[in-house]
Amino acid sequence: MMNRRDFVRKSAGAGLAAGAAIGAGGYGKLWTSTSSGAKYDLVAVMGGNPDAMFDLGIQELGGLGTFIQKGQKVLVKPNIGWDVIPELGANTNPLLLKRVIEHCFRAGAREVYVFDHTIDNWINCYKNSGLEKIARSAGAKVVPANSENYYQQINIPGGVKLKSAKVHELLLETDVFINVPILKNHNSTRMTCCLKNMMGVVWDRAFWHSNDLNQCIADYALFEKKPVLNIIDCYNVMVKNGPMGVSKEDLVQMKSQIITTDWVAGDAAAAKMLGIEVARIEYIPIAHKMGLGNMNLDSINIKRIKM
Amino acid sequence: MKSPFLRRFRILISALVFICFFLVFVDFRYIIPADYFNYLLYLQFIPSAIKFYDLQTMIAGGFIIILVLTLITGRTYCSFLCPLGIGQDIFSRIGGRIRRKFRRYGFKKPFTVVRYSILAATLIVTFIWGIYLVTLLDPYSIFGRFITLFVKPAVIVLNNLLSGLLGKFDIYALSHTPVKGYPLLVYSIPAAFFLLIGGLSLTRGRLYCNMICPVGTFLGLISRISIFRIKFDESACTRCGRCSVGCKSSCIDFLQYHVDVTRCVDCFNCINICPDKAISYGLVSLKKKEHQTDEDKRKFIAGSLMFLFGLSQTARGQEARTPVPTKASTVKENKTTPVCPPGGGSIAGFNKDCTACSLCITACPNNVLQPAWLQYGVAGMMQPVMDYHRSFCTYNCTVCTEICPTYALRPLELEAKKLTQIGKSNFIKDNCIVKTEKTACGACSEACPTKAVYMIPYEGNLLIPEVNNEICIGCGHCEFACPTTPYKAIFVDGNAVHQVARKPETKEPEVKTPVEFPF
Repeated sequence: MMNRRDFVRKSAGAGLAAGAAIGAGGYGKLWTSTSSGAKYDLVAVMGGNPDAMFDLGIQELGGLGTFIQKGQKVLVKPNIGWDVIPELGANTNPLLLKRVIEHCFRAGAREVYVFDHTIDNWINCYKNSGLEKIARSAGAKVVPANSENYYQQINIPGGVKLKSAKVHELLLETDVFINVPILKNHNSTRMTCCLKNMMGVVWDRAFWHSNDLNQCIADYALFEKKPVLNIIDCYNVMVKNGPMGVSKEDLVQMKSQIITTDWVAGDAAAAKMLGIEVARIEYIPIAHKMGLGNMNLDSINIKRIKM
Repeated sequence: MKSPFLRRFRILISALVFICFFLVFVDFRYIIPADYFNYLLYLQFIPSAIKFYDLQTMIAGGFIIILVLTLITGRTYCSFLCPLGIGQDIFSRIGGRIRRKFRRYGFKKPFTVVRYSILAATLIVTFIWGIYLVTLLDPYSIFGRFITLFVKPAVIVLNNLLSGLLGKFDIYALSHTPVKGYPLLVYSIPAAFFLLIGGLSLTRGRLYCNMICPVGTFLGLISRISIFRIKFDESACTRCGRCSVGCKSSCIDFLQYHVDVTRCVDCFNCINICPDKAISYGLVSLKKKEHQTDEDKRKFIAGSLMFLFGLSQTARGQEARTPVPTKASTVKENKTTPVCPPGGGSIAGFNKDCTACSLCITACPNNVLQPAWLQYGVAGMMQPVMDYHRSFCTYNCTVCTEICPTYALRPLELEAKKLTQIGKSNFIKDNCIVKTEKTACGACSEACPTKAVYMIPYEGNLLIPEVNNEICIGCGHCEFACPTTPYKAIFVDGNAVHQVARKPETKEPEVKTPVEFPF
């Protein structure tokens, strides 16, 4: 439930944001939900702040209202896996998460939920990433995912290695699911992004690790509850020592963002950002072959924007 | 002073103290800041005394305040500040509800030999051998262990029932917290003490405090010269005996108009009970008393010398069994040395100062600290030990070092803690998924905060872990994350003496900021 204080804060924030956007250059359709004309498979934005890039990028896809209907419950799943401050870029950028939540409410979402099954201590991760506070301030419900109690068994028909999993109840209970990963180097899969971010909605990750990690990551993408949109944070990108990072020297400021409905394409584009050959990130070609998306960026409709 | 407010004042203060201790120990959401722990524990006698012995500063001077307080007021500590004492008072009340008989105490002779023997044994063992009897008998530590092992899980279960209920209404304010038990054996010591102290307090009032507790006996000795004490107004007393019946310390001999100050805990119940207002609390009267010879005490002192000699010999016979690291095996998990928490300095040093109060165990946000059974040897039972099969040590956390009331764990700045090597990791390649299954894993390296565990090229496109122990701090996240069973493919072996790890190197990345989209 939203209390009065949240409401006031949220309204004020949204008003300010809209006003600022209009003042900045007449993005009149910023909040409109009509899908107008050009529809792209993937929108890539470069050169702005995370929130401004999202404003611009989502507009190209007709606004978030294209993906959310009024009164729906929305799950926004960022990466909050690490007990690390925002400057070290191990978790999704707080500004981006905030703006995505604001767009959800603007599009008529009844409720927005945020959680992650963290790797470090969950209380510390939620707090030190800055994500709990900012998501709450934007009006979202930040929900724990630290106990098996919150997870429910699902089946994954067609999975090669991963035939079932326990997923967070809110993934099942919400109407719409939006994936907001951060692009990072990963020590064993070489990259973590859209598909691998889903390890944060399942309970038993150890099974994935001991049963062909790459195949499990691809298998999970078969599950029916797929994200309507993947918003990839490529603002500060961890290019080594991932996925946790050791110091700021592990980051490269790319000031980019990729928004896509096709998470395999999103991962393929992200791989190029990291300068890695797509084929070397094994779960991408596997998922492509399983028909879960298109990793051939030449054959999809891409909109590139530089701010 | 005959005011009934004395008793109410005692109940108010003790209730506050008890509630604070309760909250600090069951705070499973880790809301209470570490500073508050230190304020609360400042006045706990044994922890403060040990900390003072280590530091020799007034930062740890709480026990001196207690000594002065006892000199002035008698054993008020036992009624006002000791959480175990307050807990016993609660039990006594419950006992009285069950059977009124349980609350009728009456004057009894003191267990002089028993109590002074225990005090002497505790002192002797502590000075000759180590802290072990203190660990066992310190009232605050007994209380801490009990709350940590029995009460906290019960509170979490309640929380979970409530959070489950709220969850049905889409309220996630309370989060479900998994109840994490400890190895079964470690429950035995707190359980035994609970039965002993719980049973005694239920039926016999403060008998534990006056027969066994070394702190009580010691403060009782000091109370002999205290300035304020319970007194009789002989002219007003009608010898009805109600004070004696109501005294949970069984220390009022109303026929002699005598209160045994070594056992009186200044609960002030007698003042309120007395119908004649003949009992008061005030300055000691300088009335000369006839000299009494305490036969028991003479026997005790005589016997003590023999006992003392014999005991010191037994004590020397058993050396503190600090495990010594041997060469690690490469075939299977072979832990030679337990991992002692950061701030401990060395296992031997840590074992010497810890009273096993369990405060760090309950305060650890990751539940990696577990009460030891025999990992440190018999002497270190119930002291905290890192258990990396259950959890791991959070990189950005120094809580246990901040709150330790005895300084067995010394405060570490976060930057220092991040370089404190409490153990080293050992990789067992033959257990590793990457080798056995020929599939990617890397859970260990993924979790490693310093990248002491990193990946190197293996067959084909695969990467396999490698360990650099110069920068490993022994946090155990690799061991915890490793999915292999029953033996882990990577494990941490403790450092008997903690070392300083090298700082991880930082290098400029090769990838550059893109100017154009690479796709």
